[in-house]
Amino acid sequence: MAEPAVLTSADDQSTDMTFLFGIMELCGATRLGYFGRSQFYIALKLVAVAQSGFPLRVESINTVKDLPLPRFVASKNEQESRHAASYSSDSENQGSYSGVIPPPPGRGQVKKGSISHDAVQPRASADQQEPASPIVSPQQSPPTSPHTWRKHNRHSSGGNNERPLAGPGPFWSPFGEAQSGSSAGDTVWSGHSPPPPQENWVSFADTPPTSTLLTMHPASVQDQTTVRTVASATTANEIRRQSSSYDDPWKITDEQRQYYINQFKTIQPDLNGFIPGSAAKEFFTKSKLPILELSHIWELSDFDKDGALTLDEFCAAFHLVVARKNGYDLPEKLPESLMPKLIDLEDAADVGDQPGEVGYSGSPAEAPPSKSPSMPSLNQTWPELNQSSEDTAIVHPVPIRMTPSKIHMQEMELKRTSSDHTNPTSPLLVKPSDLSEENKINSTVKFASGNTVADGYSSSDSFTSDPEQIGSNVTRQRSHSGTSPDNIAPPPPPPRPQPSHSRSSSLDMNRTFTVTTGQQQAGVVAHPPAVPPRPQPSQAPGPVAHRPVDADGLMTHTSTSPQQIPEQPNFADFSQFEVLAASNVNEEQDDEAEKHAEVLPVEKASDSASSLRVAKADSKTEEKTAASVPANVSKGTAPLAPPPKPVRRRLKSEDELRPDVDEHTQKTGVLAAVLASQPSIPRSVGKDKKAIQASIRRNKETNTVLARLNSELQQQLKDVLEERISLEVQLEQLRPFSHL
Amino acid sequence: MAVCIAVIAKENYPLYIRSTPMENELKFHYMVHTSLDVVDEKISAMGKALVDQRELYLGLLYPTEDYKVYGFVTNSKVKLVMVVDSSNTALRDNEIRSMFRKLHNSYTDVMCNPFYNPGDRIQSRAFDNMVTSMMIQVC
Repeated sequence: MAEPAVLTSADDQSTDMTFLFGIMELCGATRLGYFGRSQFYIALKLVAVAQSGFPLRVESINTVKDLPLPRFVASKNEQESRHAASYSSDSENQGSYSGVIPPPPGRGQVKKGSISHDAVQPRASADQQEPASPIVSPQQSPPTSPHTWRKHNRHSSGGNNERPLAGPGPFWSPFGEAQSGSSAGDTVWSGHSPPPPQENWVSFADTPPTSTLLTMHPASVQDQTTVRTVASATTANEIRRQSSSYDDPWKITDEQRQYYINQFKTIQPDLNGFIPGSAAKEFFTKSKLPILELSHIWELSDFDKDGALTLDEFCAAFHLVVARKNGYDLPEKLPESLMPKLIDLEDAADVGDQPGEVGYSGSPAEAPPSKSPSMPSLNQTWPELNQSSEDTAIVHPVPIRMTPSKIHMQEMELKRTSSDHTNPTSPLLVKPSDLSEENKINSTVKFASGNTVADGYSSSDSFTSDPEQIGSNVTRQRSHSGTSPDNIAPPPPPPRPQPSHSRSSSLDMNRTFTVTTGQQQAGVVAHPPAVPPRPQPSQAPGPVAHRPVDADGLMTHTSTSPQQIPEQPNFADFSQFEVLAASNVNEEQDDEAEKHAEVLPVEKASDSASSLRVAKADSKTEEKTAASVPANVSKGTAPLAPPPKPVRRRLKSEDELRPDVDEHTQKTGVLAAVLASQPSIPRSVGKDKKAIQASIRRNKETNTVLARLNSELQQQLKDVLEERISLEVQLEQLRPFSHL
Repeated sequence: MAVCIAVIAKENYPLYIRSTPMENELKFHYMVHTSLDVVDEKISAMGKALVDQRELYLGLLYPTEDYKVYGFVTNSKVKLVMVVDSSNTALRDNEIRSMFRKLHNSYTDVMCNPFYNPGDRIQSRAFDNMVTSMMIQVC
């Protein structure tokens, strides 16, 4: 802002020069050497303070409540007087600037005279108008735009981006016809119609006419017209924007946007398509900006870095070109209002690991559908993107749309605690999303693990209580045994595409089972309905055949040790847990027709389990448990409350067991049984501490079993990887060489 | 933190070279120039191997008393050379790789700009900013 202008207007006041100097000092103008906007506002407030008779201090601005507006007497210039008159007549300047607005265009119309005078005048009168704005609100009145106009103003507070960017139409007028520009200003003023006369815009595309026009008009005239038209344009824009809140200077108005869209159509008729880089380069080169600046504009506006411009990107680029042409400095980063809208920001925000993944994936595809001509949508979706886009100077679309399955997958991943086998299990996790809850439960039951057991223990008193948790436990479990392809239940498909099929037999495991039952008996890790730890196969079918747990006891299947079965019910007593588990298993097995295959391993498992229990449990405990068995048995039925689940579990376990490798099957069977038994435990929690201790022991045993399983699977994994490497090497040798 | 970063075109002329100003820049320019021989040597050492088999990251080109020079070559034979201060307690290989990856990404962004003619000096502000962020912070 020009100091002389301010001083001139202030001169006419009652205050004298000393006051003025004091004010200037207070607001910092003397320090800066010019009046920036804030300096100006403060100066005006101080003037008002001084005029009201308050001591001249910075604090007085804030403390004095009802500060009357400073009075500026009009200078000799009739424009200013006219303006001052209009200003003073406008008692309330709070929100309406209509009274303020007329002067600039009027002034513009009148002035055909010297430019410098013109330049000063608008500013001066604008200065006078300023008192309204800072005190009332920082709403800019149109005439203040020339203040910030670097090209034409005398002050150095350039690049003031707070100013709303005036309609670019008038900005092009220097390149169009000056006369039409001025007339446009008039029309703009009178009609408040959209400033950009289309003919002026078109001139941008036609290089020859603009160049000739440029040469025709001296710079001063250009200045004049631009000042005028800028004022008028800003007027129109301001009017339009009066109702809106404080404006973002980079906001694109509707008519601007419409113009950009039309220009876009001339290059690329499909609004959802891209403008290739070469076409855009030609187009923007016509604007006669230096290549370096165009390059920078491109960097800012090509949001997804794909070398092509979508509609949004094109509008942003065009807007930046317009701004640059009018003297605004290019920002270092793309302003918010110009950023293209990316969809699925919410999803990206929810998912924890979005920045790491997916750098640019899908963003070009997203841009077209996200295009919306209306700015508000652009702005409102922006804040979420802001933080993520802050980290790079050129903003990369960090939040990426997630497909629903991916989101779900990530949720599953988040649910999982162990992430050792994150990758292998991620495909696994995709499938769980498809599963029904039942399946999850089935799988959980099936794959009892130390973890799952513990969870099952702590989770609830009912089977159904924490399916989710169990599901997550299952996934966790799966992650442990992640490399085992067929190990997992149908719900999650094998993590690998079965390279290990060479290892895992694709035989009918049922057959295998039946065939190898004998062997299984020896080597099988127990498949107890209850906890039986696997490391006890050696303990095997021995003495405690009767032990095979109550479950077996209730079983009526003919198994290898049928004679044991009838006895078992009596021995259901040994451990309440066993009872419960067994009863659970019994339920399942009773309901299932095909248990024969399972019976044996289960029985064996239970044998070993029971043997183990025998080994561990005190005789006293057993007696106690025996005594309490009847109660337990009755209670045992309670856990069976959700019979369908155990049944299904059993089915699942059978299905899964069949295709598995022997040991896997056995292990999983054990796990299933273990898990089956676990849920029942909480029910009988009311029992002794010993029961808890026993279960703890059992859990530890299952832990060791699982650890062993894990190591075995790891070994398998290594072998498989070696195979893969060898195959790759062979492939490399066989592949014909291509030249560098 | 790198002491000097250079982007060299296929024809072995520099597209972009920048070093921390405190030292004699000419020394760095010379180091980068000599490192080009090593880069060529490494590329040719791949022999008949497939192009895609060839690692983009070349690793340590040669160490001097004060500095280590790392190299990276793109598929279009544009070389990125980075000089790192030896006293800087060993930057891990991973970090160097990630720095090169960032450089490479920025370079491709520059390439994507239709206003950039391949072969021109790189004058992109964004690229400058990125390089500055990687340069050693020396008061």
